[in-house]
Amino acid sequence: MDFETVIGLEIHVELATKTKIFCNCKNEFGAPPNTHVCPVCMGSPGVLPVLNEEALRLGIRAALALHCEVRQSSKFDRKNYFYPDNPKAYQISQYDEPIGEHGYVEIVVGEENRRIGITRVHLEEDAGKLNHSAYGDSSYVDFNRAGVPLIEIVSEPDIRSAEEARLFLEELKAIMQYCLISDCKMEEGSLRCDANISLRPFGQEKFGTKTEIKNMNSFRNVQRGLEYERSRQEKILRGGDAVEQQTLRWDETTAATILMRSKEDAHDYRYFPDPDLPRILLTGAYIEDRLKEIPELPTDKRNRFEKEYGIPGYDAGVLTASRALSEYFDETAKHVKDPKVASNIIMGDVLGYLKTAEKEIDELPMTPAHLVELVGLMENGTISSKIAKNVLKDMMESGKAPKVIIEEQGLVQISDEGQLKAIAERVIAANPKSVEDYRSGKEKAIGALVGQVMKETKGKANPQMVNQIIIDLINQA
Amino acid sequence: MVELGIGIRQLHDALQRRELTATDLAEDSIARIREWDKDVQAFLKVTEDDARQRAKVLSGQAPQGLLEGIPFALKDNMTTRGVETTCGSKILSGYIPPYSAAVTEKLEAQGGNLVGKLNMDEFAMGSSTENSGYFPTRNPWDLTVVPGGSSGGSAAAVAAGMVAFALGSDTGGSIRQPASYCGVVGLKPTYGRVSRYGLVSYASSLDQIGPITNTVEDAAIVLQAIAGHDQRDSTSVRLEVPDFVSALSGDIRGLKIGLPKEYLDLGMDESMRAVFDTAVNQLRALGASIHEVTLPHTAYALSAYYLIAPAEASSNLARYDGVRYGFRAKDADNLLDMYNKTRSQGFGTEVKRRILIGTYALSSGYYDAYYKRAQQVRTLIRRDFEEAFEEVDLIISPTAPTTAFKLGEKTSDPLTMYLSDIYTIPVNLAGLPAISVPCGFISGLPAGLQMIGKMFDEATVLRAAHAYEKATDWTSRRPQIAKGGRA
Repeated sequence: MDFETVIGLEIHVELATKTKIFCNCKNEFGAPPNTHVCPVCMGSPGVLPVLNEEALRLGIRAALALHCEVRQSSKFDRKNYFYPDNPKAYQISQYDEPIGEHGYVEIVVGEENRRIGITRVHLEEDAGKLNHSAYGDSSYVDFNRAGVPLIEIVSEPDIRSAEEARLFLEELKAIMQYCLISDCKMEEGSLRCDANISLRPFGQEKFGTKTEIKNMNSFRNVQRGLEYERSRQEKILRGGDAVEQQTLRWDETTAATILMRSKEDAHDYRYFPDPDLPRILLTGAYIEDRLKEIPELPTDKRNRFEKEYGIPGYDAGVLTASRALSEYFDETAKHVKDPKVASNIIMGDVLGYLKTAEKEIDELPMTPAHLVELVGLMENGTISSKIAKNVLKDMMESGKAPKVIIEEQGLVQISDEGQLKAIAERVIAANPKSVEDYRSGKEKAIGALVGQVMKETKGKANPQMVNQIIIDLINQA
Repeated sequence: MVELGIGIRQLHDALQRRELTATDLAEDSIARIREWDKDVQAFLKVTEDDARQRAKVLSGQAPQGLLEGIPFALKDNMTTRGVETTCGSKILSGYIPPYSAAVTEKLEAQGGNLVGKLNMDEFAMGSSTENSGYFPTRNPWDLTVVPGGSSGGSAAAVAAGMVAFALGSDTGGSIRQPASYCGVVGLKPTYGRVSRYGLVSYASSLDQIGPITNTVEDAAIVLQAIAGHDQRDSTSVRLEVPDFVSALSGDIRGLKIGLPKEYLDLGMDESMRAVFDTAVNQLRALGASIHEVTLPHTAYALSAYYLIAPAEASSNLARYDGVRYGFRAKDADNLLDMYNKTRSQGFGTEVKRRILIGTYALSSGYYDAYYKRAQQVRTLIRRDFEEAFEEVDLIISPTAPTTAFKLGEKTSDPLTMYLSDIYTIPVNLAGLPAISVPCGFISGLPAGLQMIGKMFDEATVLRAAHAYEKATDWTSRRPQIAKGGRA
């Protein structure tokens, strides 16, 4: 019997607000412990939460970007549980009236377009962070993260493989980044993912018993964790046993899932509406304004790039991985004759350079306008593609205009027929062997002759012209 | 000695005429506390050095605002930066708040001189101040009876003339009932009128801070000083604050006053009934018209309150876990053990009872039957009042069914204790403003008249209470202690 994998994800995304969700403390990663705290986010007696509107705006924007319906009336609830990182002993969250519901994300798996349902998107506050002493005798709490605004995104159990889960996450991350909702850095915890996974025989409608996996702290680990858990469950089922409903922890070092708690230990969070916070009431116009804040999303952009610029789906995928990169390409491709040339340069030289230089595209000194200019100079034959490569490198480092570099270094392509002919004649005279080879049918031999001309001109000769001139000269002789 | 109970305006006038200085008032307050508080036990903490310091600064100048140089004290559930704030609980012993409550800031900004923090039932849960984690407070009129609660320390301190006024908090009657028991004026403003920022939460949707004073005019002056929107409290209301003092016209001719027929069956004793009837007649004599109104869901108010308040409390009090501040039990084996021991040892019986009730009411499977049901009842009670207020301007009742009871009399029977708030609780559920004003004496103990107003209509409540006060003069009666002799 073959089993179908059923996966649903729960993703926490920290919102890129300036301040925390219910107080004025800074929302910033990496500060020394307990430096971004105040009585409110420390849960001091007598304090009250006040909703940061920026968090609300980003939450609504996120819900809309995931094609959710946004509730015009929603509320905050208290989720009650004791833990040292939870300063009020309750987390302000949304229980039965989330800000967004019934959305979806579209992904491409292989050749297939898949739509993954989004059950809900809700706003909540993050908890602090526990640091355990190396000696195991004490723990320290850092409340910098307590009160950082989060959205929790819950997917429908529509995901059918570990790879699909990773693709979904990548798409989700791109959407959040495009909309400037979050930087989604998994390594800093601004995107966190828990997964529910179960198996069922193909064709069966009823879900199998699921397990929940936590602590998968990279996209790669999400895929690995789910793959591991899928085969673990499959082994159990093939052995004729039943999967137990459990919460598991992915352990990277042993590459296995470890039991955290079983079903019986499930919490009763005693949710109830937070009496300190009034209902969130939104007008249609307010929601409409958030819709206007959403830029063209990755999927749409990908499709447009393919259609408008005629570039392959693969290129479109790479070039839309981040908003900044896609905008860079868009700005370039729009103004060149052949967008594929721009695509090749950006995917090859530019991304390669950024990777070695450990830089982001928005840190690149070279503007799209300069890149357009460079492509233009190649297209009109001012410089050869070989020279162009060197000019490009200089542009990426210095941010100088290509014309400036070309002039400074005297790199203008030699397209003067007379000048090229003179050099070609010399080369032909000096290489009778190659000429002979060519005449006897070895067409490749022409390349050696062209190469000689290029060498003599330090790469500045127009290679197409040189090629033609040499052929003509040999044929005339 | 100065009589601190003569009224804030009178004290202010004397300060302005330079007959008195802020130091005289502070010294008088401190002296009375020193002399009488070992009997009354209203204060958890006396900030005498700070008060003297403050008075010295204030004495150098003629007072501007009415509160400048006036000694006051706060119920110990309002935070005071740098001054221990315990909520009457062992679990917060030694807790020094890093910030001051909105009301503390406001009163201090207007020149009020804080002389100390007042005793209360632990976390405001109780009706006699016997649930204080430290010691019970006694009624200045009779040291063998309770001052009421949970703002018993506030009412007793004002009645004993130890301060010119105090703030209390009222979740189910905790300002009005002790004011009634101690023969002073207690005003619970409309929910949202006064910022709760810095009021340590008991039941967030019911809690409201208000003044406990010697006179109705004082209540108007103090409310004026503390009312208004505060962006740090999302439940505080963006409404213009009217001039409460100038609303005290003394004229209530044509005012329509409602008597809820259901209230008369709620275990009011005969002598209280007589006092209340007299008050009704006096109001009629002042030109008000009296109408019977009906509040049909009154019978369910107490049950709804004792689900909603404990439910919110169970969550609000969860933060006292020994991790960040306050008391932490020693000798814990692990985290869970630390939580258990800290909370078992730090909280008193009544607090634990309410946390358990509230936890149960919110538990999955019970939520709909208890908490949700109670909220539905609350809506009905609010509607009862809305409908009654279509007919009348004000609703009156006794503040409590009886006068103050003996210390220890009801401690073993919490349900009987809960009944002492039967007239005040519906008002909190509806969020309305209400005052308790002295209306007579029964066997030497004061009785209080409750006047309930429409939402945000404290002005009418104060006007009616003021007219009644002027016509009856009950507020000018002081216990022996306040006059300087033994009670």
